[in-house]
Amino acid sequence: MEPLLEVKNITKRFGGLTAVDDVNMKIFPGEVVGILGDNGAGKSTLIKVISGVYHAEEGQIFFEGRQIKISNPIEALKIGIETIYQDLALAENMNVYSNIFLGREKLEKFLGFIDVLDHDYMLVESKKVLSRLDINIPSLKNKIRTLSGGERQAVAISRSIYWNAKLLVMDEPTAALGVAEQKKVLNLVRTLSSQGVSVIIISHQMHDVFSVATRLLIMRRGKKVAERITKKTNVDEVVGLIVGSLPGDYIEVSKEKR
Amino acid sequence: MINYNKTREIGINILRRWILIFLVGEIVFFSIVGTNYLSLNNLQNILVASTTVLLLATGETFVIITGGIDLSIGFMVGFSSVVSAKVMVDLWAAGFSQTLAITIGILTALLLGLIPGFINGFLVAKLRVPPFIATFGMYGIAYGFAEIICNNVPVHNLPTSLGSLGHGYLFYWLPGKILSFLSKPENLSREELKHLVSIVPNVTVIAFIFIGIFAFILAKTKFGQHTYAIGGNINAAERAGVNVKVHLIKVYMISSFFASLAGAMYVLQFITGRAPAGSARLLDAVVAVVIGGASLSGGKGTIMGTVIGALIIGVLEIGLVNLSIPTYNLHIAVGCILIFAVLVDQFSPEIIHKEEEIR
Repeated sequence: MEPLLEVKNITKRFGGLTAVDDVNMKIFPGEVVGILGDNGAGKSTLIKVISGVYHAEEGQIFFEGRQIKISNPIEALKIGIETIYQDLALAENMNVYSNIFLGREKLEKFLGFIDVLDHDYMLVESKKVLSRLDINIPSLKNKIRTLSGGERQAVAISRSIYWNAKLLVMDEPTAALGVAEQKKVLNLVRTLSSQGVSVIIISHQMHDVFSVATRLLIMRRGKKVAERITKKTNVDEVVGLIVGSLPGDYIEVSKEKR
Repeated sequence: MINYNKTREIGINILRRWILIFLVGEIVFFSIVGTNYLSLNNLQNILVASTTVLLLATGETFVIITGGIDLSIGFMVGFSSVVSAKVMVDLWAAGFSQTLAITIGILTALLLGLIPGFINGFLVAKLRVPPFIATFGMYGIAYGFAEIICNNVPVHNLPTSLGSLGHGYLFYWLPGKILSFLSKPENLSREELKHLVSIVPNVTVIAFIFIGIFAFILAKTKFGQHTYAIGGNINAAERAGVNVKVHLIKVYMISSFFASLAGAMYVLQFITGRAPAGSARLLDAVVAVVIGGASLSGGKGTIMGTVIGALIIGVLEIGLVNLSIPTYNLHIAVGCILIFAVLVDQFSPEIIHKEEEIR
């Protein structure tokens, strides 16, 4: 099978600091991959390269087999890569369907020549996508402010799915959520995966990552040190790889190359 | 048996519409206490007196919804009044017809008025200057330029037909006889003139045409939607593909456009251009927006609310005049209403915001 996303030899430096050092990774359609690592290991920088926030100095990115250049987050969105940020990027003062359609509002003609918002269309379409993802929100006319953290997350995800995201990047999706809500979000990740959407998940909550990801990528000091199939590893090994008490598989290789 | 839900619903509806109820209450109060308050003439006077605040507040609503503030509008009124008056005087003296001189004067002021708005927006959006600072700077600059242009003295000797335009009405009606449009019917006896009813002041018509257009834009269009989104979460708007910087520049230009329009209306009403023309109205405009339900932290507000807010101030102002109470008391009253409005917003239960049909 062809990978949905493949990054090759990505290196990103900030002045003298190499935040991401020669990293390779592949993600297949419908796959959930967890990226693990300590603070400063380069996880966030790596996903920001993928989502177009940062530009890598070296390396290539392939999406659906074609080499692509992502120069900003909007381009990433157009390609089908969507990042669900910790602050969720929702306008709290606006209702659910307005958020789902924010920036891509459906318009209709008023008096035949003035473009106005087509609220009915946006409401109906939003309902469809939410039910497709088994998400239950009382009313889509409710403002985001009145929703719980998990519901907000669900709205952000539905938005990306509605706009045909093929790859979702989730940065700490379960942080700041109650236990029941965490479960809902993780279930949603499984639903997405079963519908063919790929997910990259970054989390400090090892348990969450283990419960949804099929493959794990462990980073340390900007380098990818190991890659494991979730079923064939355990928390102890992964923690060892994260903190460096276990050597990892890739460090020597990249040193040789220099 | 008391129907709890019903009572609750009524309570919520009252809270939601308290400003409208307050406005009506004001009018009822002054109608009872004052003399001849509830007459067509007096109500129209309120509208005319509110013109500057209505216009300034409408533009300011856009800015405040984005989470900013535009302090420059006070002196922008003066700047625009001086510019348009000066152009009118010079063109008229140079032999242009009055109509042409007036038209070019107003258009010049409206066009020049877009420049400070552009600069404000540019400073705020592109150079990340806090709106308070950027527009406060522009406040001084606009005033200084206005004084330079008019050489420190009010502009006089304006085209004589300005008065009939600025003090004119859309319709004149002699009950049972004549209905004329825009100009007073000719050859009326003194007795007939006494009974002539003037309906809808011209300046009010002009003001409400623009207020209506921009109320529509804010409530119904993508532009309005993005204005709310920027105020709600600027990063979200940016990530959703809204061109936030350009949008903010446009918003500040809308605000300065309304200030310039207020300046032009000032010239029509007072037949002069003065550098400090609208400066005292800055506070009233911001108060009107806040009474109208906007929050200074952005994301909330409607033009309808703002218009009601501006009218609350106008009704009060004319009411005090009607009761021969010195108008400096207005400031005390307006200050109290402002604080009251913020308190109502703060302490009203979340339920009143829960489900609102519009966006």
